Amino acid sequence: MGPSWIQGGGGGGFWLPPAASTGAGPVDTLFYFILAISVIFFALIVGLMILFVVRYRRRAGRDPERSPAHNTPLEITWSVIPLAIVIGIFAWGFKVFMDLATPPANAYEVQVTAQKWSWLYTYPNGHVENVLHVPGDRPVKLVMTSEDVIHSFFVPAFRVKRDVVPGRYSTLWFAALEPGEYQVYCTEYCGTGHSDMLSKVVVHPPGGFEKWLEDASNILNTLPPAEAGERLYRTRGCVQCHSMDGAAGIGPTFRGLVGTRRAMRGGALVIADENYIRESILEPQAQVVAGFEPVMPTYKGRLKDEEITALIAFMKSLKGENKGGQ
Amino acid sequence: MTSHDATHRESAAAVSAENALGGEHYLNHGRGLWSWLTTLDHKRIGIMYLVSILAAFLLGGVFALLLRTELLTPQQTIMKADTYNQMFTLHGAVMIFLFIIPGIPAALGNFVLPLMLGAKDVAFPRLNLASYYLWVSGALFALISMITGAVDTGWTFYTPYSTTTSTSVIAMVFGAFVLGFSSIFTGLNFVVTIHKMRPPAMTWFKMPLFLWGLYGTAIIQILATPVLGITLLLIIAERALGVGIFDPALGGDPVLFQHFFWFYSHPAVYIMILPAMGVISELMATFSRKRIFGYAAIAGSSIAIAVISFLVWGHHMFVSGQSNLAGMIFSFLTFLVAIPSAIKVFNWIATMYKGSVWLATPMLYALSFLFLFGIGGLTGLFLGALATDVHLHDTYFVVAHFHYVMFGGTVMGFLGGLHYWWPKMFGRMYSERWGRIAALLIFVGFNVTFFAQFVMGSQGMPRRYYNYLPEFTTYHVISTLGSYLLAAGLLIVLIYLIHSLTKGQPAPANPWGAATAEWQTPSPPPHDNFLRDPVVDDPYDLERWRWDAELAGYRLEGAAARPAGAV
Amino acid sequence: MSHTPPHGEAHDPHLAHHFPDATTQFEAGKLGMWIFLATEILLFGGLFCAYAVYRANHPEIFMYAHQFLDKVLGGINTAVLIISSLTMAWAVRAAQLGHQRALTRLLAATIAMGFVFLGIKYVEYEHKWKEGLLPGTHFNYPLPEVPAAAPPVAADPAPVGVPAGDASTIAPAARGPAGLADPAAARPPAPPVVPRNVQIFFGIYFTMTGLHGLHVIAGMITLMWILRRARRGEFGPRYFTPVDLAGLYWHLVDLIWIYLFPLLYLIH
Repeated sequence: MGPSWIQGGGGGGFWLPPAASTGAGPVDTLFYFILAISVIFFALIVGLMILFVVRYRRRAGRDPERSPAHNTPLEITWSVIPLAIVIGIFAWGFKVFMDLATPPANAYEVQVTAQKWSWLYTYPNGHVENVLHVPGDRPVKLVMTSEDVIHSFFVPAFRVKRDVVPGRYSTLWFAALEPGEYQVYCTEYCGTGHSDMLSKVVVHPPGGFEKWLEDASNILNTLPPAEAGERLYRTRGCVQCHSMDGAAGIGPTFRGLVGTRRAMRGGALVIADENYIRESILEPQAQVVAGFEPVMPTYKGRLKDEEITALIAFMKSLKGENKGGQ
Repeated sequence: MTSHDATHRESAAAVSAENALGGEHYLNHGRGLWSWLTTLDHKRIGIMYLVSILAAFLLGGVFALLLRTELLTPQQTIMKADTYNQMFTLHGAVMIFLFIIPGIPAALGNFVLPLMLGAKDVAFPRLNLASYYLWVSGALFALISMITGAVDTGWTFYTPYSTTTSTSVIAMVFGAFVLGFSSIFTGLNFVVTIHKMRPPAMTWFKMPLFLWGLYGTAIIQILATPVLGITLLLIIAERALGVGIFDPALGGDPVLFQHFFWFYSHPAVYIMILPAMGVISELMATFSRKRIFGYAAIAGSSIAIAVISFLVWGHHMFVSGQSNLAGMIFSFLTFLVAIPSAIKVFNWIATMYKGSVWLATPMLYALSFLFLFGIGGLTGLFLGALATDVHLHDTYFVVAHFHYVMFGGTVMGFLGGLHYWWPKMFGRMYSERWGRIAALLIFVGFNVTFFAQFVMGSQGMPRRYYNYLPEFTTYHVISTLGSYLLAAGLLIVLIYLIHSLTKGQPAPANPWGAATAEWQTPSPPPHDNFLRDPVVDDPYDLERWRWDAELAGYRLEGAAARPAGAV
Repeated sequence: MSHTPPHGEAHDPHLAHHFPDATTQFEAGKLGMWIFLATEILLFGGLFCAYAVYRANHPEIFMYAHQFLDKVLGGINTAVLIISSLTMAWAVRAAQLGHQRALTRLLAATIAMGFVFLGIKYVEYEHKWKEGLLPGTHFNYPLPEVPAAAPPVAADPAPVGVPAGDASTIAPAARGPAGLADPAAARPPAPPVVPRNVQIFFGIYFTMTGLHGLHVIAGMITLMWILRRARRGEFGPRYFTPVDLAGLYWHLVDLIWIYLFPLLYLIH
C-alpha cells in the first residue's frame, strides 16, 4: 500500500486511501462533503478577514465609521444556517455509522485476539495464525477480545476501527470489494511494541479462501516438524519479539539457543533444553533470562503439545552464533 | 483625609502619571525574594505564574522537538521505543496540566481581573497564593515522576495499561491531582470575585468580555475538575491497593475509566479555549477601534459552551464499545457545542467591519487565531460525525485537530494577551518589528508542522507511533522541519520580551487605546492597583480615548490637562 | 471599588483591605464555601456514579456482599453524625449570639462525636481486615462453595443449578440471600448463591467510606482550630464567619454519610 497518489483504484486521493470495502464509499462521500463545507466556510472567514483588514486598515486622521454593534437578523441567520448544516452532517454521519456498526446476518466470522504486541486470528475450524485471511465474496465479521490491555483494530482501506478490550467482546464487520492485501494497525496505545503491532488482511478471490484454510490448518501433517515450527513461529506471535538471526529483541533470539547455558534474572544458571523451552512457552514468568523484562504472555491453552514440539524442532534447526543476542 | 491618601498624593506627584518605572509600583513595593514568595498581591502572583508556566511550556516544547526529531525516519532515529513513549506522554502531560490549563487564567487573568473590575485584589488573596503553591507542588510531583522512571501511558492514562505498567505513574497522577486543586481554587476565586467585587456601575452585561470568558472557564474548573480528581485517586488506589475497579480480571471495567476521565477532560478543553476567546474579544475591539459586535451573543455563547461542554465527553469514545444510542446522543450534542464558537468567530469578523484596523503584534496573534482556530474548529466536524470519526479516531488527524485548537487557538490567544498586557505588567514596550517577525514565523511554522498531519491521519497513520511505515515519511519530515521553524519563532518571542524588560521604551498607561479599567492606571500599576478610582463604565466606548503623539499612547478625552492617574 | 471604607469599619480588624465593607466580605466567604462544597459533591459524585454503574450491572454482588456490613454500627454512626450536625448548627447560633461558653462546649461536643464516628469506623475496618474482606487482589475471605445443583425444594422456583462461578444478573439477585419479605418464607431458605467478584463491593465500600473518613478527619482538624480560636474569644455577633463556614462543611460531611449509609448498608 503506497501513498494514495501512486495507487489507482476508486476513491483514493490526496486525503484518503483507496476505498476497498463496501462501507468505505459512503464514509468517503460524507468526508468530502464535510471537506467542501469546511473549505467554503474557511474561505468565507479568511476572505472577509483579509478584506476587512485591508479595506479598513488604520489610516492617519481617519476615524472608524459609526456602525451598529449588533444586527439581530444577521446574527440569527449566521446561527441558524450553520446549525442546520451541522445537524444535517450529524444525521448523515449517524446513518452511515449504523451501517458500519450492523453486520449482515451471513457474515463469515473470525475470532480475533489482541495481545501485546501481536494479533491472532482463530478461524472457525480452530486454525490460528497472525494474518487475517478472508473470503472475498462474503461479508466478514470479527469478534475480538484482548488478553491484556486495550488495543484497537484498524483497517484504513476499509474505514473500520474498533477498540479491543480485555474482559469483553467487541465486533466489527466489512465486505471487501477486491482481492488484495490490506494493512492492519493497532491504534490504541499499548506500550513498547504498539507501533510494531501490525498485521494484514488477505482477501482471497472466490474459492481461494477455502483452499488456503485447508492447507494452513494442516501444516503439522503436511510439513516437516522444523518447517511447521517455523510457520508457527511466524504466525503465532513469536516473531514479533524473538529473532532468528541472533539479534536481541524484546525477547532473546532463538538462534543458537537450544542446549546452551543461560543466566536467569536472580542469578540461576539453566540449560536451555526441551523442558526449559516448554516451560518458557507455558509459564514464561517462571524463569526470565537476565537482561530481559518479564513481559511475555503465556501460551497455555493456545498452543497444542504437537505445536510446541514443532516449535522446539524449529529452534533446534537454528544453529550458530547468537551474536550476543542472549 | 487619612494619612493613607496623603501618601498616595506624594507618590503620584513623584512619578509620571503614565509610566511608573521611575517611582513606586507593585514590582518594587516590597524587596527581596521573601516578599515575592509570601505576596498576597494578585499582580505578583500572576507574574510568578507567568514565569512558571512559561518554564513548563519550554519543557513541554523540548519534549515535542525531541519526539518530532525521532520521527524524522521511519525506524529508530535518536531514541528507543520506551523513551519515545515517555516523550509523548510527558509532552502531553506537561503541556496540558502545567501549561495550558492554568495558562491564561493564572498568568494573565490573575493580573488583569481585579484591575478590570477597578478592585484592589481578588476575593481570596491567600487562597490565590495557595493555588500557586499547589501548582508548584504538582510540578514537583511531575518532576519526581520524570526522574524516577517517567510515565509511558499517554497523558490519558487509559486502563488497564496505566494500572499495570511499571513506570512512575503514581507520582505523575498525584501531581495532576494536586494541580487539579490549584485549578479548582483559581476558578472558585474568580467566580466569587466576579460575583461580589464588581463596581456598582458594572452590571453583568457591562463586564468586559474577557471576564465573561474567565467566568465561563471558572464554572467548568469548579464543576469538572473534582471528577478528574476522583478518577486519578482511583488509578492510585488501583495501582497501590489493587482495588480492581478497572481490572476485568477482578470484575472491573476498563472502559468506565474512559467515561470518568473524559467527563473532566472534555470540559477541560473549554477551560483551555474560553479564556483565549475572551482575549480575542478584547483584541478585536481594541485594534479595530470599534465596539465589539454582538456583545450579548458572545457573552451568552461563553455560558452556552460551558454548559454544553459537560454533555459531549463520549465523542472521544465512539469506537470504545459504548452503545450506538450513546454515540448518537454524544454526536448530536457535539455538533450543538460547535455553534456558539462559530457565532463568536462571525462576531469578531463583524467587529472589524468599518473599523480602523491596527496591525500591532497583539492583533497579528488575534488574526492568526481566527485563521488557525477556524481550521481547528472545522476539522472538529469530521470528528463529531460518527461515520468519519470511526476512520479518523486515534490517527494523526486528531493530533492535528487538537493542536490547531489548543496551539493555534489557546496559545495564539495567550501570546496575543501577553503582548497586549505586557506594557501594563512591566511598564515597557517590546520591539514591534521583532514582534511581527516572530508572529509570522510562528504562523508559518505552525501550519507547516501540523497541516501535513491532517493528511497523514486521514491516509491512515495512527497516533502515538514510534515506528511508521515508509509511505508516511515525507509527511513526517515536513512536520518535523515545521516544528523547528515554530520553535525558532517562539524563541525569538522569548528573547525580545526579556530584552524589553530592561531596554524597552517606557510604556504609557494606555498604549493601545482600550476602554477597560486596567488602562486607567500607570504602567506598571501601583501596589494598590489605582491611584484614584477609575471610571468603570462602558468597556467598549473606545471613542473617549484619543491618541496623543507626545505620550505615544492614548489619553481620556477631556483629560488633556491632567494626565490620567494623578490626584 | 478601591475607595476608602466607611470610617467605623476602617478599623474593623477583620475587614480585609480589598473588600469595600464587611457585608461584602461575609457574602464572598459564604459564596466561596458553597462553591467549594459543590466541588466536594462532584468529587464524591464520581464514586456514587461508579457505585451506580456496578450495582446496575451486577446487583447480585451488592445483594450478597452488603451482608458483611454491620447495620447496627452503621446506624449508630449515622445517628452520631446527625447529632454532631445539630451541635454544630447550635454552635453557629451560639457564636451569632455571643454565648462563648456554649460555643466552645458545642464545638467540643461536635469534635467528640467525630471521634466516636472514627472509632466505630475503626472497629468496622478492623473486622474487615481480619476477615479478609478487602478490595481487589487482597480479598481472601473464604466464600462458601455452592453445590452444582441445589437440593430440590418443592415450591422454590429459585434457579437451581446455577454454578458457583456464574455472575448471572437476573433471578439470583431477586432471590438473594437475606432480606426479601418472602410470603413463602416457610420454605427452607435456598442456599445463598455466591456471586463472582465479591471484591468489587469492597473496592467501592472502602473507597467511598475511606474518602468520607478522610473528610471527617479534615473537618475535625478544622473544628479543633476553630475551637482554639473560640476559646480565645475571637467570635461574636460581629464576626462568626469561620464558625459558619466550618459548619457548612461539617453538614456536607454528614449529608454524604446519610447517602452512603443506606446505599451500602441497607440494600434490599
